[in-house]
Amino acid sequence: MTQDMTPVALAGPEHEPFGFPMQRDCPFHPPARYETLRAERPIVPVRVPDGQVAWLVTRYADVRALLTDPRVSSDRTHPNLPLTESVTPQTRRNIAEVGRSLIGLDRAEHGPQRRMLITEFTLRRAQELRPHIQQTVDRAIDAMLAGPQPADLVDALAVPVPSATVTKLLGMPYEDRELIERAANAQLRQSVPAQERQETSAELHAYVDRLISAKEANPTDDVLGRLIRRNRQTPLFDHEMLVGLTMLLLVAGFETTASMIALGSAWLLSNERERAAIVADPAAAGPAVEELLRYFSVVDALPRIATDDIEIGGVRIRAGDGILISFASANWDDAAFADAATVDIGRNARHHVAFGYGIHQCIGQNLAREELQIVFRTLFTRVPTLRLVGDVAGLPFKNDSNIYGVDRVPVTW
Amino acid sequence: MRLEIDRELCVGSGMCALSAPELFDQSPDDGRVLLLVDRRDPQATQLLAAAADLCPSGALSLADD
Repeated sequence: MTQDMTPVALAGPEHEPFGFPMQRDCPFHPPARYETLRAERPIVPVRVPDGQVAWLVTRYADVRALLTDPRVSSDRTHPNLPLTESVTPQTRRNIAEVGRSLIGLDRAEHGPQRRMLITEFTLRRAQELRPHIQQTVDRAIDAMLAGPQPADLVDALAVPVPSATVTKLLGMPYEDRELIERAANAQLRQSVPAQERQETSAELHAYVDRLISAKEANPTDDVLGRLIRRNRQTPLFDHEMLVGLTMLLLVAGFETTASMIALGSAWLLSNERERAAIVADPAAAGPAVEELLRYFSVVDALPRIATDDIEIGGVRIRAGDGILISFASANWDDAAFADAATVDIGRNARHHVAFGYGIHQCIGQNLAREELQIVFRTLFTRVPTLRLVGDVAGLPFKNDSNIYGVDRVPVTW
Repeated sequence: MRLEIDRELCVGSGMCALSAPELFDQSPDDGRVLLLVDRRDPQATQLLAAAADLCPSGALSLADD
C-alpha cells in the first residue's frame, strides 16, 4: 500500500478510528453508535478487520449524494476496497471476479450490461411471478402445518420461498437448490472457516459453470437462456462473466430475501397490532414491507472507492480512499424518516435505501417486494394462531453475517 | 415545472412505475421508463416530483419552465 492510499487525515495515534463493523446492542436495531455519528461525525474514519482505514458515511443525504457521484467507483479490484470482514487473498480474487459483472462496474461499462437484463426484472415481470410465488408459499405453509411442532420458520418458509423463486427465474432445476442454499449461507458467514467457504464457493462455481455451458449449448426460455441469446447478438459477457453474474444473482437474490422473511416474521409475531393490520387489509402489506425493509436494512454497508478528491459533510475524501456507505444508518436518519427508530407500517417509506441507490440499486427489488408481501399476507392470514416459542430477544441472530438475519425462528400454532 | 427524462441513464429499477403507475410504465422492449402523461401535467406535479426524487439513476429530474 502506498502512502497515497492511507492519507494522514484518515487516522492518527490520537484519533484511532472506530472499528467496523460496529456492534449491535439490540438485535432489531442497527449499531447504536450510528446515531451519535449521524449527529456529530457523519463521515468518519473507521478501521475494517483487515486493518485498512475507510470513510463511513452515515447520513441519508450524504449516502444518496455519494451513490450518485461519478467520482465514487464500485471497482472491486481496487486494493483499497474496504471489506467488512477479514478475507484470504483467494476470496479477494473471487470478489474481484464477480465484480466483472454489474456490481463492480462504473457507469460506462455498467449501463450496457444492466440494460441487457432489465427487461427480465421489470415490475410487470415480477407481478407475473405472483401465482408461482403464491403457490410456493402455500405449499411451504401446508408442509409446515402437516409437520411437527414447534416448526422453524427459517427452514419452513424463509429459505424455500426465495430459493424456489430464484431457481424458477434463472431456470435451474429445483432439486439443485440445496447446494445454492448451503453455498449462499456459507459465503456470507464469517464464522464458517475460510477453507470450508472456499470449498462451497468452488462447488457452486463448478455447478454454475456446468449450468451456463448447458444453456449455451441449448438456450432455454428463462432469464439465463434469454441472456445468452441476447449476448450472442451483442457480446458483452464472456463465459466466466456469465458464471460470475449468475453467482451474484443467486447469492444476492436468495439470502437477502430469506433474511427479510425471517426477521420480518419474527418482528410481526411480536407485534400484534401490525400483524392484525396486514391480515385485515391486503393492501397494507405493500407499505408494511417498505417499512420493514427500511427498519431492518439487512445489508448494512457496501464498499466504494473515491476516484477523485471529494469535499462532503465537512471532510475531504481523497482519491483512492475507501468508503463504506451505510444503508442501515441512512435508513434510521430522522432527517429522512420522522421518528426513524419506530416501526410505522402506515408511513410512506419507499424512499428508503435498503435496496441501495444510484445505478447499482438492486435489480431484483420488485421480485423481493412481491415475495415479502405474499409471505406476510399469507402466513398470518392462514395461521392466525401462529406464535413464537420463547422470547424474541433469545433468537439466534446472525451477528457474523454480511447480510443480517436470524438462524432459526421456532414457532407453534 | 417540467419533468426531464434521460432514458440513457435509466437502469430499470421500476421505482417510478411502482410509485405512480398511472404516470409511468416500463417499456416491454427495453425495460426503460415510459411517461404516460404530459411532462408538464399540472395535476401530476407532486407525483412527478416524488418520482424524480425516488429515481436512483438520475433518469428523471425536474426543471423549471
